[in-house]
Amino acid sequence: MTWVLGNLELIRELTLEHLWFALVPVVIGLVLAIPLGWLANRTRLGRTFTINVSGLLYTVPSLALFVLLPPLLGTRILDPINVIVALTIYTVALLVRTVADGLSAVSPVVVNAATAMGYTPLRRFLAVELPLSVPVVLAGLRVAAVSSISLVTVGAVIGFGGLGRMFTDGFQRDIPQEIITGIVLVLLIALVVDGLLLLLGRALTPWDRVGRPAKGRA
Amino acid sequence: MIEFRGVTKRFPDGTVAVDDLDLQVEDGGITVFVGPSGCGKTTSLRMVNRMIDATEGTILVNGRDVMQTDAAELRRGIGYVIQQAGLFPHRTIVDNIATVPLLLGWNRKKARERALELMQTVGLTPEMAERYPTQLSGGQQQRVGVARALAADPPVLLMDEPFSAVDPVVRESLQDELLKLQSELGKTIVFVTHDIDEAVKLGDRVAVFRVGGRLAQYDEPGVLLARPADDFVDNFVGRDRGYRGLSFLSSKTMPLHPLRTARSGERTEQGWTLILDDDGRPLGWHHDRRGGAAVDVEHLVPGGSLYEVASGSLRSALDAALSSPSGQGVAIDDDGRAVGAVAADDVLDALAAARRDEAA
Repeated sequence: MTWVLGNLELIRELTLEHLWFALVPVVIGLVLAIPLGWLANRTRLGRTFTINVSGLLYTVPSLALFVLLPPLLGTRILDPINVIVALTIYTVALLVRTVADGLSAVSPVVVNAATAMGYTPLRRFLAVELPLSVPVVLAGLRVAAVSSISLVTVGAVIGFGGLGRMFTDGFQRDIPQEIITGIVLVLLIALVVDGLLLLLGRALTPWDRVGRPAKGRA
Repeated sequence: MIEFRGVTKRFPDGTVAVDDLDLQVEDGGITVFVGPSGCGKTTSLRMVNRMIDATEGTILVNGRDVMQTDAAELRRGIGYVIQQAGLFPHRTIVDNIATVPLLLGWNRKKARERALELMQTVGLTPEMAERYPTQLSGGQQQRVGVARALAADPPVLLMDEPFSAVDPVVRESLQDELLKLQSELGKTIVFVTHDIDEAVKLGDRVAVFRVGGRLAQYDEPGVLLARPADDFVDNFVGRDRGYRGLSFLSSKTMPLHPLRTARSGERTEQGWTLILDDDGRPLGWHHDRRGGAAVDVEHLVPGGSLYEVASGSLRSALDAALSSPSGQGVAIDDDGRAVGAVAADDVLDALAAARRDEAA
């Protein structure tokens, strides 16, 4: 506890860095995954291809990715952009499938009705298909966010790991309190972000929680 | 008006869904496409608003070739009621109904007012406005579907088996309401169903399709029942077509016989007497074996169906006669008061007279 009280400024700084490194990739990843998921959902071939490739990407170990990216991107090995790009790749890999699943779960009757009402394809996607896929997409987004929050710590190896730096530093200087504080804070951030996303999902889908009709005639 | 000129739809796998269809849909009436599954009736309907594009031929809506019209724009001008309603689950009832007006660029307030007005038209109470579709029964959802199709007041309405997913009782009331609504709105409606009874009940004209996408017969329902073009149509319109055809024969000259009536507490003569309430509406029958018994309204024999004189329908006259315990069908006026009796023999005479008129 004394360690914590003596290092509040460091903890604050690392927590903010952690949030930045964890959540920016989730936002970018979601933005990229929506059009990719849409593409994947259009043809059977597209679906098989995107889902296999994204599954493959997710299996690349994170540490290897941090090392592989600089030559691919032309960045320096100790560039924070590597962490952002690596985590974005993981988010996309997770979310493409989720978005495709979410879109394919939208009833074709509803999509047909929207077409017949005179929606153009883009407007239909934004106004009908995407909102209706929110429950599925949001469940995937919660997993992606939590996984990103935990993966940031690996970045500590190349010097940009947010709270993960408390693990490396605590280990090197033998300060167990620092390591424990880091773990607790990462868990706490994950819990809070997950809870906030859950609330966001509820706010976006009031229609998903309404009761069934009372028995009655037309 | 909607016109099909030599329209063929061939799917990529080679199946011909619609084969060289020539057909004109009259303005302001209900035209029903009916036939067994795989007869191309739904494909034909969907080609009108380009949910499916024709392979050959031309479809004209109010003189414009649909293929020359932007699909989304064309669809906004044509109401569409889909099977199982197809409502947007994430939108409230009022927003569902306001869909097309909003697509057409109306402001929100105006679109909402129009939606609320339509809820009343189709018999939905205003407190349902802010509910979501899953909170409504199947019949209510289908009403919302009809309201949504009518929202931008399109001259043409396409209805794709709209009532097939609701139970028979609800279906019948939805059909009656559609007829009532249509008598006020006078839209040009194309209605697809596989149910010949629904076709005959709703259609001003009925197009019977056969498997392979060919038009077998296109006529008024009375003609369809009286003179099917061939064995296929004869089979398809089914049993009892003679009896059902009576609905389309009317006779304003059906003779009404005097009816013996009495009211509660009065004494009756021997035989059957129709018991009336204070306003002259029939309550049921009283049978007196010896004569002189007092009428007890708690112990009446239930009556049969009633023949509304104003309808002039021979079918309802015959049914009234056949279903009455006394053998006398009860004829009623517009206020439901008993005005006389009809007999089964009179119906047969009227039928013969109607046939003579038609032959002449």
